[in-house]
Amino acid sequence: MSHHIVEVRDLHFAYPDGTEALQSVSFRITHGEAVALIGANGAGKSTLLLHLNGYLTPTRGEVRIGEMPLVRETAAAARRAVGMVFQDPDDQLFMPTVFEDVAFGPLNAGLPAAEVERHVTSALERVGMAHLKDRPPYKLSAGEKRAVAIATVLAMSPDVLVMDEPSSHLDPRGRRRLIGLLQSFEHTKIIATHDLELVVEVCSRVIVLDDGRVVAEGPTVELLNDEALMLAHGLERPHSLRHLHPH
Amino acid sequence: MGLGQWIEIGRLDELGRLDTPVHRLDARAKVITTLVFIVVVMSFPRYEVSALMPFFLYPIALIALGRIPAGCILRKILLAAPFALVIGMFNPLLDHQTAAKVGVWNISGGWLSFASIMLRFVLTVSAALTLIACTGIHRLGAGLERMCAPRVFVVQLLFLYRYLFVVADEGTRMMRSLELRSAGPRSLRLRVYGSLVGHLLLRSMDRADRVYRAMVARGFSGEIRVLRQTSLRWTDWAFTGGWTAFFVAARIWNLADGIGRLFTKGAS
Repeated sequence: MSHHIVEVRDLHFAYPDGTEALQSVSFRITHGEAVALIGANGAGKSTLLLHLNGYLTPTRGEVRIGEMPLVRETAAAARRAVGMVFQDPDDQLFMPTVFEDVAFGPLNAGLPAAEVERHVTSALERVGMAHLKDRPPYKLSAGEKRAVAIATVLAMSPDVLVMDEPSSHLDPRGRRRLIGLLQSFEHTKIIATHDLELVVEVCSRVIVLDDGRVVAEGPTVELLNDEALMLAHGLERPHSLRHLHPH
Repeated sequence: MGLGQWIEIGRLDELGRLDTPVHRLDARAKVITTLVFIVVVMSFPRYEVSALMPFFLYPIALIALGRIPAGCILRKILLAAPFALVIGMFNPLLDHQTAAKVGVWNISGGWLSFASIMLRFVLTVSAALTLIACTGIHRLGAGLERMCAPRVFVVQLLFLYRYLFVVADEGTRMMRSLELRSAGPRSLRLRVYGSLVGHLLLRSMDRADRVYRAMVARGFSGEIRVLRQTSLRWTDWAFTGGWTAFFVAARIWNLADGIGRLFTKGAS
């Protein structure tokens, strides 16, 4: 059974204080697609992402991962299928060493020790951080932390990668490395970000959220080139798309 | 020097990762030895001072063999010292009976029991701190779990430790921004501190929630699993057995007194 498809149908969510965070959100992301979730601060991007692995439960509507609806009973399977990289790597790295941190997910999945080692090593090599495996995570640079946070998720061999602001706090070189890394992943990707240049390079499709609703959806270049649409929703037309010819 | 540097909680964690003969011992062996140590030290009668002295051998040996900087442990003992001081400080005021004589000085029972309390405090706290410094909290937790300590307790312990860093981080950042915006040291008022502490609590709870979210996303279900399960070797048994024998011997015979007698006898 393939888990590579993520489908959200008529999703509504209100926080306990009554704030309507999401209203009637629907989309379908298929195998291998890279989709960007963009929108102003407070548009509901992070709230939406938290529904994709069952951390939040919709007040109405449903989320489907692959062929299965995401409910309480299937949450564990969904969390294996959907790897989530959070905005602040410091929240994600909580074990005493990088190696143990990356091993946390595979160990919870109940893999045997040799298998865990293999997964951890290959995930760390994939992000180019194998040399840091015995270091404590809180001593790494922001770029290294981000890469290790991605490795913690890769080690669980997810089908779908969900990322919240992957390029925040990165220096240009770190950001460039990240873009290269993202382009090399064959996973289905859902990326919530304000970094529209990254969107242009990594994602083929864009979903624009505003005030908890999907206001536009379509091919990246077409949507991001629509200056009126971008400005109306607190975004802007990426600089790189303004020039038909590269500098 | 800021409070953060005094507490330097990250330091113990780093020390826990050293690779020395003491660090290589199984966590269970060290936990049991430390427990025996604490129980024996606490079991002495309240005026005992000299018989406690040989017990310093244990933390000092661990600090030396485990290559742990003694200053780091000493600072933490000082930090906790006020608690022991408060417990012991009324003894000299209430208990005036002469309990010992040194030359022409009469020493009251109060001062003697005060000294005994402080000695026991230094001994037990340094033993507990060296235990953490030469084991690392995570191996300690895994060891406790294998010794059949309730899992809830172990997980709580590990979380408490983990969130200590989180709160300390938040606190340091808030203090920094406070210092930058306050005109001088005199501008701090109690009300400001109240709001600061309240914010710290709320922020820490928010962050704790995010950390938990990240753990759940990676399949956390209430059990912390570790990769390497060590088994007890003969060195572990020898460590626990040897020290326990020493503690029991030092409990039964006053070794400091004995050595003192030996010397004075030789001199006379």
